[in-house]
Amino acid sequence: MAREAAVTELAGPRLGWLDRFARVFDRYLLLIYTGFAVLYLMLPIFVIALFSVNDPIGRSNVAWRAFTLKYWLDPFGVPGLFDAVATSLKIAFASTVVATALGTLIALALVRYQFRGAGATNLLIFIPMATPEIVMGASLLTMFVAIGRPPFFPLNELTILIAHIMFNISYVVVTVRARLVGFDRHLEEAAMDLGANEWATFWRVTFPLILPGIIAAALLAFSLSIDDFVITNFTAGRTVTFPMYIWGAARIGIPVQVNVIGTLIFLVAVGFVALSVVLGRRRA
Amino acid sequence: MAPIDVRLVGVTKRFGDTLAVDHIDLEVESGEFFSLLGPSGCGKTTTLRMIGGFEQPTEGRIELQGEDVTWLPPYRRNVNTVFQNYALFPHLNVYDNIAFGLRRRRVPEREIRARVAEMLRLVELTGFEKRRPSQISGGQAQRVALARALVNRPAVLLLDEPLGALDLKLRKQMQVELKRIQQEVGITFIYVTHDQEEAMTMSDRIAVMNRGRYEQLGDPESLYERPASRFVAGFLGVSNLLPAILDGTVGDYAVARLRDDTPVRIPRGQTAGLSRIEVGVRPEKIRLREPDEPVPDGHNTLTGVVRDASYMGVSTSYIVEIRGGARLTVYEQNVERATRSELWRPGEEVRLSWSPDHTFVVPVEDDRSSDEEVPAA
Repeated sequence: MAREAAVTELAGPRLGWLDRFARVFDRYLLLIYTGFAVLYLMLPIFVIALFSVNDPIGRSNVAWRAFTLKYWLDPFGVPGLFDAVATSLKIAFASTVVATALGTLIALALVRYQFRGAGATNLLIFIPMATPEIVMGASLLTMFVAIGRPPFFPLNELTILIAHIMFNISYVVVTVRARLVGFDRHLEEAAMDLGANEWATFWRVTFPLILPGIIAAALLAFSLSIDDFVITNFTAGRTVTFPMYIWGAARIGIPVQVNVIGTLIFLVAVGFVALSVVLGRRRA
Repeated sequence: MAPIDVRLVGVTKRFGDTLAVDHIDLEVESGEFFSLLGPSGCGKTTTLRMIGGFEQPTEGRIELQGEDVTWLPPYRRNVNTVFQNYALFPHLNVYDNIAFGLRRRRVPEREIRARVAEMLRLVELTGFEKRRPSQISGGQAQRVALARALVNRPAVLLLDEPLGALDLKLRKQMQVELKRIQQEVGITFIYVTHDQEEAMTMSDRIAVMNRGRYEQLGDPESLYERPASRFVAGFLGVSNLLPAILDGTVGDYAVARLRDDTPVRIPRGQTAGLSRIEVGVRPEKIRLREPDEPVPDGHNTLTGVVRDASYMGVSTSYIVEIRGGARLTVYEQNVERATRSELWRPGEEVRLSWSPDHTFVVPVEDDRSSDEEVPAA
């Protein structure tokens, strides 16, 4: 304090308010910026959560009226919502499992082996991510209809699943490959040197080490599947998924239950992230 | 003679167009500390990896204790490897790392516990069982890697530059440690290194490798005192090589004449069958004297001018230019001339002398390109 006072005296009679403001601003600039960024990202989610405990009059849930928990106690109290959520979860689980298994194997092959067509495969993996969803959905629809004279390909949950597995594979390959690129091959050699055959080497060494990448890929695949609307809408036929349900409901007013389910999904996602952070920290 | 643990017969390895290992024949005796020494790219690591089963030879045969293992995968060979970067499993703790091999062979957990504990004692890491590889130092990781391999009681332990990542002081310490452990467990070690001092300190025998073959194989002393080629002379320590022509004999010695006609005596056995030669002498074998000072009878003598003197504390390294322009390196212990002001100074004329028994001979190789790989003396 004393030294600061001395500096002040040397610098002039007194620091102007502008200088002080500049100092504070300097020190907290990053903090302020971060605060705004977080606010920007979280505000819509906050609004969703807030309106899940609103008690609106009529169908339109856009103006705050009163606090209630009745929709939380009865989250599936509107017709069709439960089926839509169940369908979405089913497709998300199935497409995640299949895409993660296939994508992991593709990533292993692409990183580990040099084979004819590796370059082309890399390109093909990238195409579904680069293609606009609307184009992808339209062409899938065309394809299913073209090859789908009944009874072969009626548009239903299966066609949605095929479409979701297809675009999910690309994201899984990219995520797992990133984990594999830095993988020390000597670890596998060491395992074999210590008596582990190829099978044991994979399950005891390779798999545990790339597991974080596989989990990340699976979470990504799951979230891409559960909220996909465009491609799903083209390939769904008469099936209704959760995003399609919301889209349909939006025309007449979204029921509060949708906010409840949305908030729940968000909380589950946050829970997963928190879990992975905790696990990661304990491992380190 | 001790039984042969590892035998290589005409082993060759090609990677595409490059010949990494070129028809090597090698026999490593049981209980031996055997080193493959050479610069990077000489084929030493490839040779080791073929013994370990990580590479298959293009030609030739590899035998382990009499059994042909050329085409067996690593997990079916009774050898274990200490990798250059240790390759400890990062997701397992020290105990599980060491127990990995025993568990693959379904050794009962009770025995595993005892054997891991014994290994940790051997490498002095008792109490580190629960640590992760990321929580131990490089030197400790190195010892865990060693324990992980030795706990399986392999017939042969392969070590691929295991000390390369350690700092100098730790490396010296680990050299002593490795030798102690090898003697204690009595397992055959095959050790790959590019560090000649490391190989000399620990090995019973060394194969000096260059361009996919070994140029000389022998115990450290004979390699150092009587290198058989220019490459070996340059790779193991510093040597002074002077072109010369053989010119008769005197008693037990052959006489060679340098370019300026100075005679140099060489022990007779070494010149058999050679025509064009270079005579060599190690820097520490040469003594520097005043030009008029007498030299012991029969010693080889040259005169020259000191060009450079580097004081190194324990000794001083001189560059002396002899008649004819060749430059020799000479090491002198800082005993008689102990302080810096007493050292020979650049420009001073000196007489160089050494015992003819310390002279060696290497053949002149027509293949001039091999000169490039001889480290500067």
